[in-house]
Amino acid sequence: MNHGIFEKNSLILLIGILIVVSIGGIVQIAPLFMLSSTIEKVEGMRPYSPLEQAGRDIYVREGCYNCHSQMIRSLRDEVERYGHYSLAAESMYDHPFQWSSKRTGPDLARIGGKYSDAWHTEHMRQPTSVVSASIMPAYPHLEKTPLDYSNIQDKLKTLQFIGVPYTDEMIAKAAADIEAQIAPDTPAAKELLARYPKAQVRKFDGQSPGEGVKPTELDALIAYLQMLGTLVDFTKFDASGPNLR
Amino acid sequence: MTMAGHKHIDEVTGVETTGHVWDGDLCELNKPLPKWWLYVFYACCVWAFGYWMVYPAWPTLTGYTQGYLGYSQRAAVTAEINAAKAAQDTYRQAIANTPITEVKGKEDLMQFAMAGGAAAFGDNCSGCHGRGAQGAAGYPNLNDDDWIWGGSVEQIEYTIAHGIRNGADEARNSAMPRFGLDGILEPAVISDVANYVRSLSGSEQVDAAAAERGKATFAEQCAACHAEDGKGNQEMGAPNLSDAIWLYGGSQEAVTQSIVTGRGGAMPAWATRLDPVTVKMLAVYVHSLGGGK
Repeated sequence: MNHGIFEKNSLILLIGILIVVSIGGIVQIAPLFMLSSTIEKVEGMRPYSPLEQAGRDIYVREGCYNCHSQMIRSLRDEVERYGHYSLAAESMYDHPFQWSSKRTGPDLARIGGKYSDAWHTEHMRQPTSVVSASIMPAYPHLEKTPLDYSNIQDKLKTLQFIGVPYTDEMIAKAAADIEAQIAPDTPAAKELLARYPKAQVRKFDGQSPGEGVKPTELDALIAYLQMLGTLVDFTKFDASGPNLR
Repeated sequence: MTMAGHKHIDEVTGVETTGHVWDGDLCELNKPLPKWWLYVFYACCVWAFGYWMVYPAWPTLTGYTQGYLGYSQRAAVTAEINAAKAAQDTYRQAIANTPITEVKGKEDLMQFAMAGGAAAFGDNCSGCHGRGAQGAAGYPNLNDDDWIWGGSVEQIEYTIAHGIRNGADEARNSAMPRFGLDGILEPAVISDVANYVRSLSGSEQVDAAAAERGKATFAEQCAACHAEDGKGNQEMGAPNLSDAIWLYGGSQEAVTQSIVTGRGGAMPAWATRLDPVTVKMLAVYVHSLGGGK
């Protein structure tokens, strides 16, 4: 075979390399997009509420993934410490997913409900005040910074465009839903709960709720942390058949 | 560099060259691959074919090849956990069937519950109550005998299972009024009451005149839950104010803040995350830490 053509033309060589290397990638990755068994059929998954999504963006912005994973692997020690192993379905609305690969801190895939809001508030202000051996940096600015949600509609629209099943109504009401999630016992909160079942409605950062009270960045972040891993009803999850892998 | 169309043998070594020529006469010998390397390569190929047949490997149009072993990571971890549970089954069953007050009297069960309780405590409770259950501001020390919601082993079990002020109906619920935030008391009055509350435990840094002024307000506003003498009421989770143990700190500022905001610390309901036997073992463990009633 005459491979002189590759050896004499660097561009052709480059294209040749790309083709050969991508064969391995395509064989491994492409089928996962086609197989119906890739994402388990589960009950309870829904898109993030706008406040949770805003909190998720803060999580990404602050680089939490540099130290915290969100992936409970199917290993006994992890399941016994953190809870049921993570399912693909649980991150199907994540763009980008936060599985991470570094565990300087504990896994957060099921952190929701494990600590009180007051704990999270205190912990963000000064981690060592609740966990004396912690080396996590403090994030005291979050509770002092009002949440900027002026672009929340665009964010949800973008997510809808890439496949997250936000309805047009959800997008239209996005800003209102952010305010509703920190205003318990209001009609708006009831509407929010109809759109996002299992959403937790309260003022998360320890400040008083009330009319006209705006969310802080800490509200959004804690709202996100408190729902992590809580959506799927594992009493109804059948870990057999195609879900067994 | 030119490509030779025919075989070119190096005169010195008698070995074929690759056919590439640089600078007119510089060639490269086409030596065979080292034998050891070649055989390792063949062995890897054989291994790969074996692996494909035994383990899940290739994607198909509708699924993937399962392999002869039918191996599944998820089945494996489930089996491993079930095996671990089965190994502990004698004790776990016995603990499940023994009234919690009697666990302490049975040495083998107690030993098991203490070990299981300590492990579960480290995973689940130490985040707030500290690795040694020493507590932190807002999170009670569990080593002392000063209990907010009761220190019997049954009361501790209930508190662990259902938590405190977490929104559930079964949770231990009570709400201290937010005397400052809701404008029930004036700041000056709150300061007087804080002085009085601090005087109950014999603090020496109390403004005696202010404490005296606060006494009447305490009887009016606070005594219903915290009792006339400030000894508290565990039915309502109203802490004892007459000892020098403070959940949120005993300084004038901290006590004032408690009266202003009502605090209202919360605890998750662990029955939703842990199985009943683990909750029971935790209760036995916490009860044994030093202050159990």
